[in-house]
Amino acid sequence: MSEPLIYDLSSPGRVAVSLPEPDVEEVALPQDLLREDLPLPELSELELVRHFVRLSQLNHAIDTGFYPLGSCTMKYNPKINEDMARLTGFAFSHPLQDQELSQGNLILMYQLQEWLKEIGGFAGVSLQPAAGAHGELTGLLIIQAYHRDRGDMKRKRIIVPDSAHGTNPASTTMAGMEVIELPSDPRGNIDLDKLRQVCDDTVAGVMLTNPNTLGLFEEHVLEVTEQVHACGGLIYGDGANMNALLGVVCPGDLGIDVLHYNLHKTFSTPHGGGGPGSGPVGVCEELVDYLPGPIVDIVDPGDDVLAPLFGFVAPDKSIGRVKAFHGHFGVFVRAYTYMRMLGKSGLRKVADHAVLNANYLRVKLRDTYHVPYDRICMHEFVAEGRWEDAPDVHALDISKRLMDHGFHPPTNYFPLIVHEALMIEPTETESVETLDAFIDAMLSIAEEAHSNPEMLLNAPHETPFGRMDEVKAARDLVLCCRPVEIPQA
Amino acid sequence: MTYIPHTPANRQKMLEAIGVERMEDLYEGIPERFKFPDLDLPSRVSEIEIAQELQAYSEANLDTKHIACFLGAGAYNHFIPSVVDHVLRRNEFYTAYTPYQPEVSQGTLQAIYEYQSMIANLTGMDVSNASHYDGATALAEAVILALNQYRLKRKKVILSPKIHPQFREVVRTYMQGVDLEIVGDETCDVDAQTLADLADEETALVAVQYPDFFGSIEDFSALGEAVHAVGAMFCVVVNPLALGLLKPPSEFDADIVVGEGQTLGVPLAYGGPYLGIFATRDKYVRKMAGRLVGETVDSRGQRGYVLTLTPREQHIRRDRATSNICTNQGLIALASAVYLSQMGKSGLRKVAELCYHKAHYAAEEIDKLEDYSLWNQGLFFNEFVVACPQPIVEINELLLDYDILGGYDLGQCYQELQNHMLIAVTELNSKDDIDLLVSALSEVSHE
Repeated sequence: MSEPLIYDLSSPGRVAVSLPEPDVEEVALPQDLLREDLPLPELSELELVRHFVRLSQLNHAIDTGFYPLGSCTMKYNPKINEDMARLTGFAFSHPLQDQELSQGNLILMYQLQEWLKEIGGFAGVSLQPAAGAHGELTGLLIIQAYHRDRGDMKRKRIIVPDSAHGTNPASTTMAGMEVIELPSDPRGNIDLDKLRQVCDDTVAGVMLTNPNTLGLFEEHVLEVTEQVHACGGLIYGDGANMNALLGVVCPGDLGIDVLHYNLHKTFSTPHGGGGPGSGPVGVCEELVDYLPGPIVDIVDPGDDVLAPLFGFVAPDKSIGRVKAFHGHFGVFVRAYTYMRMLGKSGLRKVADHAVLNANYLRVKLRDTYHVPYDRICMHEFVAEGRWEDAPDVHALDISKRLMDHGFHPPTNYFPLIVHEALMIEPTETESVETLDAFIDAMLSIAEEAHSNPEMLLNAPHETPFGRMDEVKAARDLVLCCRPVEIPQA
Repeated sequence: MTYIPHTPANRQKMLEAIGVERMEDLYEGIPERFKFPDLDLPSRVSEIEIAQELQAYSEANLDTKHIACFLGAGAYNHFIPSVVDHVLRRNEFYTAYTPYQPEVSQGTLQAIYEYQSMIANLTGMDVSNASHYDGATALAEAVILALNQYRLKRKKVILSPKIHPQFREVVRTYMQGVDLEIVGDETCDVDAQTLADLADEETALVAVQYPDFFGSIEDFSALGEAVHAVGAMFCVVVNPLALGLLKPPSEFDADIVVGEGQTLGVPLAYGGPYLGIFATRDKYVRKMAGRLVGETVDSRGQRGYVLTLTPREQHIRRDRATSNICTNQGLIALASAVYLSQMGKSGLRKVAELCYHKAHYAAEEIDKLEDYSLWNQGLFFNEFVVACPQPIVEINELLLDYDILGGYDLGQCYQELQNHMLIAVTELNSKDDIDLLVSALSEVSHE
């Protein structure tokens, strides 16, 4: 089933593109700076198209099957969003053209900022960060700038719960701060006693994921935010799980000071095989001046005749740009389209049905797969992929066997506080029939784990590829192919 | 439209299975006083209405399909063959996630591997990662790599002032919590020799841009040598399209090559999403941030691809990771892989040459005008600076009457370059466009 590499399909002299001849007089090329060889492939257009279409067929995708990947919110990506992002005025406008010539883009960005503020309960939003992790770094730099601005130089530590995404501690280090890890209590909440012990005047803030990565709403959230505020720290909210909170509760109301959204999770923009995402950051009133610029605002309110003029402004004490230009604008158009089509009532329905689907799967699977923190969950839950009487079988084997049933596996081995974790997030766009088929597959795999574990240990069987030798990949490190040398005739 | 398939009967059945009566009962632990806020959001619209609304917004913008574009400064109006978007619209590519499960993600994995290969071959480096957010963040990651290489013992980073101003700003944003000196870009007339003189035993990294922000190109071999002589690392920020024609930075002995990949088949899209290119030498692979795809075999003996060297990454090393990055620009990297495959060996060279010839024709014609002069001293690629007789804002406003989007006002970022315009010319600018620009500039200065 292997598809040849693009370089293996290359034949010297083939051309796949039609370009014009120069219509100006040619000038001398910079001889001393010319490259000798350009090692790129040479194919016909048809060969090229077949190659990439064949590659695409080796992927599992939302549009080919269920994708219950916990913490990733693999919901349907509406097709109208794609068409809107490709409208000429959006796709072919230059980021540095004057704001007067970009009013359509700026209005769209302004409204997106306003809606994200409203949904999160925040006073300001910057759309600049390119992804969730980028939003985290931005949020931490904002927290750091806030303390520095107040002359509070001691605050170098960030409290991170043990259930947090790995990006939380990594972002903390990147921002030049230290991590204090905090354990969870038996109900999956932050351990308040332990929190009290670490809260002092060296704490810059806490990173809170709510719902947390167990899919549980933090029951002591108000105590946590009060406790950290009382010691002078700020609350960073990881908004990866906002899908469960749309119209249900505003993070800002709970005392969260900074939060990043993932437009590619909550607001239906495609994951694109790993990107581009978009991670706007929302902040409370005290932090608005530190947001990364530029931000869109009304720069001239207009009057009876003239429409208001939108433009970019830089906040007073901004941490500075976190990327070039204005953020992932193409992603904004998709998210805008989605939010507009859902409207106020639709957003709440998203959360309701995401939570309904997750709880349905939880109760249908919990008798077979142990759910260590078994209470009403939000948009996802974590089960264990192990049985004492099937000692050879691991979460990984269950995951691989699921592929034979046509399903993408759940996130596995995360969060780290659950052994052999299977983190399952169905999203609201899946029907009960799909969920039932998934439940049947999970139950049949559990049965097989006991009666015929080999089927799991050697899985997958029905996919175009079997398990990959990851040790070899890391040991031999082949990261690049060179063009095939053609011997001189 | 909510895209939710549940019928009332479905909901009833599911609530019963869960053992609760109403949807509201599904929310446990949420403080009652904050539950179900009355949000001030607009009500829903249909697909017909949203398409009309956004068509109107789209038309409220100027776009390069309706005007001759001479604006570049880090984002360029290039030809994108139809094939690129047809591949991007394959549902199996754009609705997939990060390829954590290689058995069902070989399409994405092999495409990224091919992207890495073509970028490595184009830049002359040993290895490319799966991409960063954009050129600016890729440069920031290069600085982090260099600091880590010397275990934070070298605390100086030298940036050429001819690196894109926004890239340099992003480096400073990233580094504000780190004890570090960033120098070299105080004024714009700093040449390679001056940068070489600044480099010392305290220096972790020296970075330059090629072609630089003003479009100029020069041989950085001597600078590369000087940087290595003090034991520092050398980074070159590239426009990858220019490498279709120009010597790759490997010939300057670069340790890291970063760049904005937008020129490789990515639409302007008002600034993003773009593509951060990051390539380096084998010896730095384990310190490089970002996703990496490597070749291996599967249990059936077939060649296959996986994400590799993941122990560097955040989900395993947490606070000791090389970076917090956990995505790449997946689909945009795919676009560039398709673009480079389609352009191929002869096409990329031809596009680069078209840009070069047209830009030189434009520069020569403008330089002939009485009130304008070419500012670049030596060689340049497809962008050049023109000293103008009046403020650029005024000129650009008048150029709009001729359906021309004028160049970038350098005075915004370089105090000493008031009334200097940075003009970009690509294969999409016809001779007629250029002639129109030249005559318009001439008329504008006489108005």
